[in-house]
Amino acid sequence: MKTPSILASAGLLLVLVACDSPHVSVEETIELPTGLDSEIGTEADYDRDTPAYFTNLIGDHVYFAVDKSVISEEAGAILDEQARWLMENDDFMGNVEGHADERGTREYNLALGARRASAVRDRLVSSGIADNRLQIVTYGKERPAATCSSEECWSQNRRSVTRVYLRSDD
Amino acid sequence: MKFSTAIIRLSASLAILSTAVTLAFAQSSDEPLRLEITEGIIEPVPIAVPLFVAENVRSESLSKDIGNLVAANLVGTGVFREIPKDAHITDITNFDTPVLFSDWKVINAEALIVGSVRVGADGNAVVKFRLFDVFAEEQLGDALQFSGRSDGWRRIAHKISDAIYSRIMGEGGYFDTQIAFISESGPKVNRRKRVAIMDYDGANVRYLTDDSSIVLAPRFSPDGAQLLYTSYETGRPRVFSMDIASGSKQVVLQSPEMAFAPRFSPDGSKVLLSLVRSGNTDIFEIDLESGRKRRLTFSAAIDTAPSHSPDGEWIVFESDRSGTPQLYVMKANGSTPPKRISSGAGRYGTPVWSPRGDFVAFTKQRARFHIGVMRTDGSEERLLTESFLDEGPTWSTNGRVLIFFRVTPGDAGGPSLYSVDLTGQNLRRLQTPQFASDPNWSPLRR
Repeated sequence: MKTPSILASAGLLLVLVACDSPHVSVEETIELPTGLDSEIGTEADYDRDTPAYFTNLIGDHVYFAVDKSVISEEAGAILDEQARWLMENDDFMGNVEGHADERGTREYNLALGARRASAVRDRLVSSGIADNRLQIVTYGKERPAATCSSEECWSQNRRSVTRVYLRSDD
Repeated sequence: MKFSTAIIRLSASLAILSTAVTLAFAQSSDEPLRLEITEGIIEPVPIAVPLFVAENVRSESLSKDIGNLVAANLVGTGVFREIPKDAHITDITNFDTPVLFSDWKVINAEALIVGSVRVGADGNAVVKFRLFDVFAEEQLGDALQFSGRSDGWRRIAHKISDAIYSRIMGEGGYFDTQIAFISESGPKVNRRKRVAIMDYDGANVRYLTDDSSIVLAPRFSPDGAQLLYTSYETGRPRVFSMDIASGSKQVVLQSPEMAFAPRFSPDGSKVLLSLVRSGNTDIFEIDLESGRKRRLTFSAAIDTAPSHSPDGEWIVFESDRSGTPQLYVMKANGSTPPKRISSGAGRYGTPVWSPRGDFVAFTKQRARFHIGVMRTDGSEERLLTESFLDEGPTWSTNGRVLIFFRVTPGDAGGPSLYSVDLTGQNLRRLQTPQFASDPNWSPLRR
């Protein structure tokens, strides 16, 4: 991996930027707060072929409406970028996690998470990714990303997360 | 059974006594104390539980502990209240001396429990009790004697409580039972979960798994010896069964498909669970001996949380085939199409058939969450609780009480176990060392 070590901290900041603006184009250089230059990487600092790029610049997660597993237009655009990255990096596999907010029973949310993960996998497959490169797993309401008990957090928890990892050689 | 007001009835029949009890007087046609909860109990019945007689010096502290636990068990039902010992006008100093009923009548005790404890030099305890109907002036059932290691005194007290409860109520108690649950710790975004087991009253907590992977929803086998639960130890949710005594465990299905929401059939030979295929969740029945699986639902909707009727003939489950999660009943052999039974506004989940067969308990979600019960045809729906998040009811073995978990909101929020009776009264929090969720109530222990 060519990623400079300072990108560990840069990654965090870039995630925040990406959250505020999910449409951020991967072509654009992100404006960084002044005075922190030595700490912060930019788009140019990410190697396109790294999981860090996938996670932080493309975005590894997409959101869903209450009880729904339909891929929104916004989510579809991110998943198209995810698919493009997976096409270019065919030594990587994907594990798609499906999550739900806390407003539902344990069992229903597990089933709902499975449905969401499956919808994401189907979208990636329809974009040309071999389905044997993609696994799904549901977490239901077990692993929220945000912990407040209001819609502000629940909307962040109704999500899928695509984790990419190097294919093992066996 | 109906709800809402109390009817306490004296009955002429004692036919309900435990089989061990065979005194001639048990066939008497007098009118002993007998409560029948035809509707919710409102005024608890006053009982007197004088100190159990210590038969020797070694027995002194145990006699106090056992008597107190018996009283606490009975009072905890909400059906009884204990008359404080300082209101008693007499003591019981000999287990076999005839009771002077007038001493107990004058303080309005309806039932009197007399006990004695003898701890031997070998550490074994012999505990005896008698139950008296004060106003009928007679003993209710035979004297019973329990013996066992004195360090197992809590179980002896629970067994005595069960015997007293069943003599008065005409149905089994639920004191000598256990609760399996998930013990939770750590931050909300990364909860550590362990399968745990404890006595019904919160004593003797034991952890059956470590917290290295997510575990969910333990469910007892009908004989209480095994637990089914869901674990992520392979990275994906799969169903395991564990022998509680030895701790040995195995996967229920060899296939790597995601599986959850398991329950044993009433005869213990099969497991109902949910399997995810192509992203869709359906209900399957697994025959434990042959390992064969049979698909029971075929909709493109979510079908999960199955529970058998006590006779094994029917299954109640949750499905969103109508657009929102609702409850459905079908034949366990799949011979009838699922019939929707829930009809109110809101979302329904986690249905559990009562051990008596008369009700289905469920979680209901509207703006807030409720534990509720309805008849198995969906009629007589009644909500028993309400909070930010109440979920996952489990029945006492006599179908009289439900335990569920209640989650408090926010970053620092978490689940605790509560019990409530079938009439919505006597809501109580169960003490657990940490956050606790997914309770499952065992059958009576042997």
